[in-house]
Amino acid sequence: RLKRAGATMEAGTRPGLHICEGDCAVLKRDDVFKAVPVLRRRKIIFEKQWFYLDNAIGHIYGTTFEVTSGGNLQPKQEMEETTPETKEAGTDNRNIVDDGKSQKLTHDDIKALKDKGIKGQEIVQQLIENSTTFRDKTEFAQDKYIKKKKKKYEAVITIVRPSTRILSTMYYAREPGKINHLRYDTLAQMLTLGNIHAGNKMIVMETCAGLVLGAVMERMGGYGSIIQMYPGGGPVRAATSCFGFPKPFFNNLHEFPLSKVDSLLSGTFSTETLPSEPEDNALVEEESNGSIDEKQASIQETEEESTETAMESNQTEEQETMDINAEDIGFKENQGKENKENVREKQRKQQERRKKLIETAALLREKNADGLIVASKFHPTPLLLSLLEFVAPSRPFVVYCQYKEPLLECYTKLRERGGVINLKLSETWLRSYQVLPDRSHPKLTMSGGGGYLLSGITVVLDKSKCDSSNLEALKMEEPSSKKRKVQDLHC
Amino acid sequence: MSFVEYGDTIKNGDTAIVFLGHESMFPVKVQHGTVTQTKYGVIRHSTDLIGKKYGSKVTCSKGGWVFILHPTPELWTMNLPHRTQILYSTDISIITMMLELKPGSIVCESGTGSGSLSHALIRTVAPTGHLYTVEFHQQRAEKAREEFREHGVEHLVTVTNQDVCKNGFGVSNIADAVFLDIPSPWEAVGHAKSALKAEGGRICSFSPCIEQVQRTCLAMEEHGFTEINTLEILLRVYNVRTISLQIPDLGKASEDNSSIGFDSSNPSNQGSPCTNLQQGTVQFKSGVPLREMVGHTGYLTFATKSLF
Repeated sequence: RLKRAGATMEAGTRPGLHICEGDCAVLKRDDVFKAVPVLRRRKIIFEKQWFYLDNAIGHIYGTTFEVTSGGNLQPKQEMEETTPETKEAGTDNRNIVDDGKSQKLTHDDIKALKDKGIKGQEIVQQLIENSTTFRDKTEFAQDKYIKKKKKKYEAVITIVRPSTRILSTMYYAREPGKINHLRYDTLAQMLTLGNIHAGNKMIVMETCAGLVLGAVMERMGGYGSIIQMYPGGGPVRAATSCFGFPKPFFNNLHEFPLSKVDSLLSGTFSTETLPSEPEDNALVEEESNGSIDEKQASIQETEEESTETAMESNQTEEQETMDINAEDIGFKENQGKENKENVREKQRKQQERRKKLIETAALLREKNADGLIVASKFHPTPLLLSLLEFVAPSRPFVVYCQYKEPLLECYTKLRERGGVINLKLSETWLRSYQVLPDRSHPKLTMSGGGGYLLSGITVVLDKSKCDSSNLEALKMEEPSSKKRKVQDLHC
Repeated sequence: MSFVEYGDTIKNGDTAIVFLGHESMFPVKVQHGTVTQTKYGVIRHSTDLIGKKYGSKVTCSKGGWVFILHPTPELWTMNLPHRTQILYSTDISIITMMLELKPGSIVCESGTGSGSLSHALIRTVAPTGHLYTVEFHQQRAEKAREEFREHGVEHLVTVTNQDVCKNGFGVSNIADAVFLDIPSPWEAVGHAKSALKAEGGRICSFSPCIEQVQRTCLAMEEHGFTEINTLEILLRVYNVRTISLQIPDLGKASEDNSSIGFDSSNPSNQGSPCTNLQQGTVQFKSGVPLREMVGHTGYLTFATKSLF
């Protein structure tokens, strides 16, 4: 059932080597990332520095740049390590006293050096020369000192291509709240446990800013189809747009409102009442504007910026927002003609959405999905009990939850329901190491938790378990999902 | 069926997983006229398996039943015949993500070992990517080739029987990622670098001992790799249990038997459906860690081949 999306896909799997205008790129400084759209004459603020990306255009991804005066980026030449000629060092710190006077340069001196536009490398050298205790420090302590100063004064930025690795690390560090504290190694488990690969027909229900969706899309490479279940007025795909997927990847990406799941399962589904977008969209916006944290604000800016890069998936979102604005203005100014056009345009779009919704409903009704991925802020049990109906037997499913307790309940309820085997509740721990000659050890701090997973495999639901006599009649007239509900009551 | 493409029904020649329950399972090669013995009795392939849907319950001759599952790299990892120590899905998942693998990726791997990671890599890079895997042990290399054929993925993988430390991967400037699981990875770092694309790529080395990591990191640095990062991932599995704890008798019972333990336990258990105060016990659901868990598999060192 491997559906190939056509020859155009090749361009997608081998994206451009070079940084192009309009790309989604990620800035990297040490372990800090920031996703930005590559645009000319656009001021970027990253790690307390501002600059323009204009000069980066045309360079290969992975190039490291230095920020020069005026905010220009200049490709960094490979440095010739300037090792201090005198390899003098102490053996211990018994005679080093913290009198706060070891650095002979004052704050003003340093500021003056910076204002003169002196290279960071040279400032570091001066700091070393003017440190009275440097020579007495142990070799390791000298290393550490230099590293620390380099980090502060030698500002280099690497521009890298976005990937699940980079974006999930970035989100976990900068905006864990937006992705329900889903740590990147947990996301990695989900992709593997879910056997995500090209050709799948996946169901994804997430409220992780579209990061999980993006990760699934990356692993499917444009082959197969994805149905994204969304709460409220529309799917959030801010993180998805950071991946910079080629357009064909969106051809087989479908969305379906959660609020229609019950009716779809009971057979009363209709497209008459679509979820009301304007209200819900406003809600979503309000939610994201609620964050005051500086870091959160900065990523929000990232998200907003990247929305501007013409991603097909976001166009609907954008247009919808535009609709609201347009409607507002139209109402206030009471310009009848424009208003009418807006109404017509809106109707056309409603029609379009309705058509898509019917298509997606048909895809779900086949009940042959190859897997289910859930990572949301909602209680997982009702999601699982309903959405598993759409999954074929012998397919994996994975549910993420920030907390363990809801998954305990989910586990119990799934056991009662049946139709699943190999249920496993798990968590991963991630430990980073400093590896240096004679100084290897686990890093000082590690993440306390990255959430929990409940995974399993679907099997054909056992019908013989149930009292059959009066169910036979039901089977005849009830749609299959209702049948199941009745069975559950009997069991 | 193939390991890279789901099928609905069981066909002759498929590799299927017989699931007996409680994580007890084994793989079978489905063949007309063949029978498989389980503790629940015999499974006759022609009548019990072929043509049935994957995920079906199959009743064995003694009346017991099993489920027949579609193979996946993860199920294969749990059931494959060991020829070496293998990598498990927890490490595999982080390797796959950190190497940035996806459909179309070209990957080099050594050694092939028992093919646990190989199957997962092939699954991820299919249908347009390729795995070049190098195994210096001739018998193991041959066995891996045979398995890839049986699993319908031979077009996605090239097995080479040579010593990666001496002869490299047999390809150059084509890989997006390289994975090393050999005793002396530092001897293969140079070969890894030349296997990777000129514009760069990712590398991962798996080693159980920190001394190996140390040498590998030094070699990576010497060869100009950047973003060198060593980490370790541990899986914690929880059993879901209903626990009941007895309410201690503090002598209150004789005076006021209407509220044993009630005041003390109820507030903290509000809304919990599991709370049961009958007979002086409190019940709750808990995720109980296993008595023993895997404490260490290996250190994973990742790095990037940079442009310089």
